[in-house]
Amino acid sequence: MAEAAEAVVDRSQMKVSDEVAIQITGMNKWYGAFHVLKDINLTVNRGERIVICGPSGSGKSTLIRCINALEEHQEGQIIVDGTELSSDLKNIDTIRSEVGMCFQHFNLFPHLSFLDNCTLAPIWVRKTPRKEAEDIAMHFLEKVKIPEQADKFPGQLSGGQQQRVAIARSLCMQPRIMLFDEPTSALDPEMIKEVLDTMIALAQDGMTMIVVTHEMGFAREVANRVIFMDQGQIVEQNEPESFFNNPQSDRTKLFLSQILGH
Amino acid sequence: MTNVSYVRTEMLPEKEPPLGQSGLVLWLRTNMFSNIPNSLLSLAAIYFIYLLLAGIVPWIFHGSWNVGSLSECREAIAAKYGDGAEGACLAVIRERFRQLIFGFYPQELYWRPILAFVLMLVAIAPVLFASLPRRALWFSGVYPFIGFWLYWGGTVWLPVVVLAGFAIGAAAMSILPRMVGSLGAMILAMLLPVIWWLTLAGATSDTMQSLLPISLEPVESAFFGGFMLSIIIGVTGITLSLPIGILLALGRQSHLFVVKTICVGFIEFIRGVPLITLLFVASTLLNYFMPPGTNFDLILRVMIMVTLFASAYMAEVIRGGLAALPKGQYEAADALGLDFWKATRLIIMPQALKITIPSIVSTFIGLFKDTTLVSIIGLLDPIGLSNAIRANQAWNGIVWELYGFIALMFWIFCFSMSRYSMYLERKLQTGH
Repeated sequence: MAEAAEAVVDRSQMKVSDEVAIQITGMNKWYGAFHVLKDINLTVNRGERIVICGPSGSGKSTLIRCINALEEHQEGQIIVDGTELSSDLKNIDTIRSEVGMCFQHFNLFPHLSFLDNCTLAPIWVRKTPRKEAEDIAMHFLEKVKIPEQADKFPGQLSGGQQQRVAIARSLCMQPRIMLFDEPTSALDPEMIKEVLDTMIALAQDGMTMIVVTHEMGFAREVANRVIFMDQGQIVEQNEPESFFNNPQSDRTKLFLSQILGH
Repeated sequence: MTNVSYVRTEMLPEKEPPLGQSGLVLWLRTNMFSNIPNSLLSLAAIYFIYLLLAGIVPWIFHGSWNVGSLSECREAIAAKYGDGAEGACLAVIRERFRQLIFGFYPQELYWRPILAFVLMLVAIAPVLFASLPRRALWFSGVYPFIGFWLYWGGTVWLPVVVLAGFAIGAAAMSILPRMVGSLGAMILAMLLPVIWWLTLAGATSDTMQSLLPISLEPVESAFFGGFMLSIIIGVTGITLSLPIGILLALGRQSHLFVVKTICVGFIEFIRGVPLITLLFVASTLLNYFMPPGTNFDLILRVMIMVTLFASAYMAEVIRGGLAALPKGQYEAADALGLDFWKATRLIIMPQALKITIPSIVSTFIGLFKDTTLVSIIGLLDPIGLSNAIRANQAWNGIVWELYGFIALMFWIFCFSMSRYSMYLERKLQTGH
């Protein structure tokens, strides 16, 4: 794994407030008969940067996809920003416009330019006037450092650039929470850093973030809490310092020895 | 032991690619005479093309334009080029040109189909070319009613009240959601226009006509024919089958059991039946189901059948495009908070349609050529007319000239559609 987050990270801006952003209680999920998520309890405060790691198939992606209802949970309660996720479509729409998400494969819209990718949701969901939406989009494209590519199409640029635009696209909806589903797993090593730098900048602005990733360097530098999942359960969670230096469960120790072994 | 240590001290600059021989000789060598079997095949192909042209070109250039019948034509050619000379009797096209284009549409009213055709081009242009002003799409929306009025004539108020029905639906769609919810509004938006058409529309049209008579001389469907008929049926089928096909494809993917079952049932039924059967149903059977005395225009019935037939194929073509989209596109749209219809309109359909352009255009071309099948139920499309022309004593026995002309006309239409689809594909290309 690339030790990418080597830049000195300024943690002074990353304040965790007492306000609860996400509250998950007793959540269970099944795929057919397969029990993917078992009794998940998790409280995320505003301003927290949480890294979720674990072996593949441990349910970490499924967990964060439940938070914006890309996956349905069958039991338990998820409250995002005071709104409970239920089958009520109105609640789902409210939550989705508050929660941004970045995907492993970026999922940019290939038929739209980067600028249009960024302005689409503000214009059609938030009813922002086009001019204003474009200004917001350019602001965030500058933030991810590719304003000069705004008129290009996703197919024309590198994976790292695409992922940064995908982050900008989510930010244009001005979400209060950002979810990252393995944002660097599909990238070449040289491009991982540029994406992680963007995420660090976001953390420094005080964004509440839940990140599923294998980038342990990022976890160490940025996260205030690391969660280890296995077989659909939260096995261990701790501050990064203690998590990496003094893991408690055997399963965590084994995982860390494999992932940090080289 | 060899020394494996190596350090590059400077990066190599880019160089020009090696210069090849260019020009005709290189082209011929690579494309036609690259080796002995290819050379033989090329020569054989050239000889075959020569034989073909040697037959066709003199046949056309020996053609006679100014005669009145097939026998006169043969005499004229024999007199000019000697006995046994072959020549096309193109006079039949000159003499029957108007018929082949307009059917038996009254000659003094030819300006109406011509105007309708020109306006059709105007209406289609903004749909085909995105660079034209979007406001022109209003005209495209209203054109079907203008076109109908120009072709069939009668009172202007009939198309107006039909159009008013759509306006009622659109108004319901924009005003009612606040009062009765979006599903209720959608149902009412479909129901209210139907109620309007069935109850008040006819009376309103009559009243308006008596108050403010504006009408064109009515022309009955029986006089319609030739390429005009092919275009009316084909263009209607093409423009309506795409939206209906999109809805059917979406319905087929729906999670709502009833919607899904209806769509699958419709698609599978229509695709499982030959078009000619549907046309016979349109021409004969349908009347049995109508209340006695209703006179439901035959061309209208045929247009409906052709449209339904093409829609079923279109639905399957578009379903292929939908299936080809990665799931991530749906998820990204969801995650941004777009609802189903917005995601479909802005994200899913533009991509699905782009992937399927070649198949969609193939379906259009197939549909346009299939309009010739209406000759079997007695409509006088170009093929139906050619049978009628050959039944005439003067032109009895003429085959190649007529069918060649009809083929050429169809080819022009179909080839332009094919070219347009290639232009569109190039224009929509956004990767790399």
